Amino acid sequence: MYGNDFSPGDAPGGGLLGEVEAAEAALRDAAERGRRGGAPGADGDLAEYFAQVVDADQKIEPRDWMPEAYRKTLIRQIAQHAHSEIIGMQPEGNWISRAPSLKRKAILLAKVQDEAGHGLYLYAAAETLGVSRDELVDLLLAGRQKYSSIFNYPTLTWADVGAIGWLVDGAAIVNQVPLCRCSYGPYARAMIRICKEESFHQRQGYEILHTLAHGTPAQKAMAQDAVDRWWYPSLAMFGPPDTDSTHSAQSMAWKIKRFSNDELRQRFVDMCVQQADILGLTIPDPDLRWNDERQSYDFTQPDYDELMRVISGDGPCNRQRTAHRRRAHAEGAWVREAATAYAAKRAQQRKEKVAA
Amino acid sequence: MRGPFEFTLALGDDALIAAQRLAEWTTRAPEMEEDVALANIALDQLGAARLLLTYAGELEGAGRDEDALAFLRDDREFRNCLLVELPNGDFAVTMAKLFLLSAYQLPLYTALAGCADERLAAIGAKARKESAYHLDHAALWVKRLGDGTEESHRRMRDAVDQLWPYVAELFAANPAAPVDPATLRADFDATVDAVLAEATLTRPETGWAPAGGRDGVHTEHLSYLLAEMQVLHRAHPGARW
Repeated sequence: MYGNDFSPGDAPGGGLLGEVEAAEAALRDAAERGRRGGAPGADGDLAEYFAQVVDADQKIEPRDWMPEAYRKTLIRQIAQHAHSEIIGMQPEGNWISRAPSLKRKAILLAKVQDEAGHGLYLYAAAETLGVSRDELVDLLLAGRQKYSSIFNYPTLTWADVGAIGWLVDGAAIVNQVPLCRCSYGPYARAMIRICKEESFHQRQGYEILHTLAHGTPAQKAMAQDAVDRWWYPSLAMFGPPDTDSTHSAQSMAWKIKRFSNDELRQRFVDMCVQQADILGLTIPDPDLRWNDERQSYDFTQPDYDELMRVISGDGPCNRQRTAHRRRAHAEGAWVREAATAYAAKRAQQRKEKVAA
Repeated sequence: MRGPFEFTLALGDDALIAAQRLAEWTTRAPEMEEDVALANIALDQLGAARLLLTYAGELEGAGRDEDALAFLRDDREFRNCLLVELPNGDFAVTMAKLFLLSAYQLPLYTALAGCADERLAAIGAKARKESAYHLDHAALWVKRLGDGTEESHRRMRDAVDQLWPYVAELFAANPAAPVDPATLRADFDATVDAVLAEATLTRPETGWAPAGGRDGVHTEHLSYLLAEMQVLHRAHPGARW
């Protein structure tokens, strides 16, 4: 009962989806090629072998030796990504009860459900690196691991649901499509699945904005206001400018990251300008203009001081988002305990049956 | 009138209000898997509501579509049973509600699948598969909580006690309807008794049997639920979304 009215040709994300499919094909090819020389023996040079696998664009798998810093970087990044999916359910979940039509309600509910599913895939990918989901959730609840800065902004109108789909999911896809070629196999495979669903969500968000922008004057104003509020926070999702980014160089060398923050941000801006035009909405940047020399748009950078404030806990909704998650976790404790106790009783009964 | 229109509307309203309540759990469930499950069940209920309300609108013949029926009626015009509009309470109350609702919806949709009205039969055939899953999920939680810890047993028992009076309304006789709800009671009792027994719970004894939902006389809860559900749609008369 949910879906969307746009054919693939009309909507954004078509080219990126092609890249996801190419990454999936490359993954299959790499698996078929097999690895040269096979794994080293116990006395082999593990670091050398790791470097060879990465250089040859093969995938590192959970059983493989890997540098401790590579493991740690991946745990941090995948966990942060998983937390973002879970916290990211809140701003959109805020509008499920008030969605303006039953069709929109169904689409939004399905989307938020997908996000929970993405969180689960990603925690599973992180667990292949030797950390448990419970530990990661505890780190999130204790505020010791981050989630995407964007989810600390409030959803104030229905149009925000559209803007999140178009801009936030759009930025997420631009960021995540290169991760489909990440050197760590379980992460790359999770990203392929997630990107396909995200691109569907992005189209649905775009469709919400398109309908609003072509609706009543009040609806159009609502859409423009949402784009005005979400544009810069979306640009900030790509992280600090390259000059200030701490993790980039090593992550690029390990082929976890494939493009710099600024490269991805530029790609996102270039993609959005044309889409905004079709929507009939204005990007809130008076200095946005085509640069013929660079064959890209010049644009105003987001306020990185604001980004740092939000990341460090002082955005509009940081306290609310974390408190909500903690409350759900605490209020559900008795339910999880009951499930554990029930499972233990059933296991005991089965044991007694076998013994008898 | 208790003919096909009112009947279809009542079932559509049951599913719609149940979906609205279940969806309130999104981001609040005790574990992530349960967030997925509750959203999934809410989505099924919403899907059934859309089919039923669309058909009800056609039976009525006054040009009302699913959204006109969902967003532009007041609580006195809603026909859902009282059970689905009750607040979510804790997880035990929600699971007891879902358990009782799906133990009623499964035989109802199954019977509907064999009724003479082709549209209702098709809706019943689709929805009964979903109801079987809902019943399975809720029954498992009733057992886990009933036979889990001391605290969960107490909460599950309280939840069943609190909700049981609302069961009577579900089975009020309606011989004119495509499926007379009174004929479903034996099936419901058999399912419920077996699960309660496994959950180490007993069926409550009660003489109080609140009703009125089918006539648009609801609890005080429904009007708040509708205020929230309808606010945006009503703020923009005639708009497309």
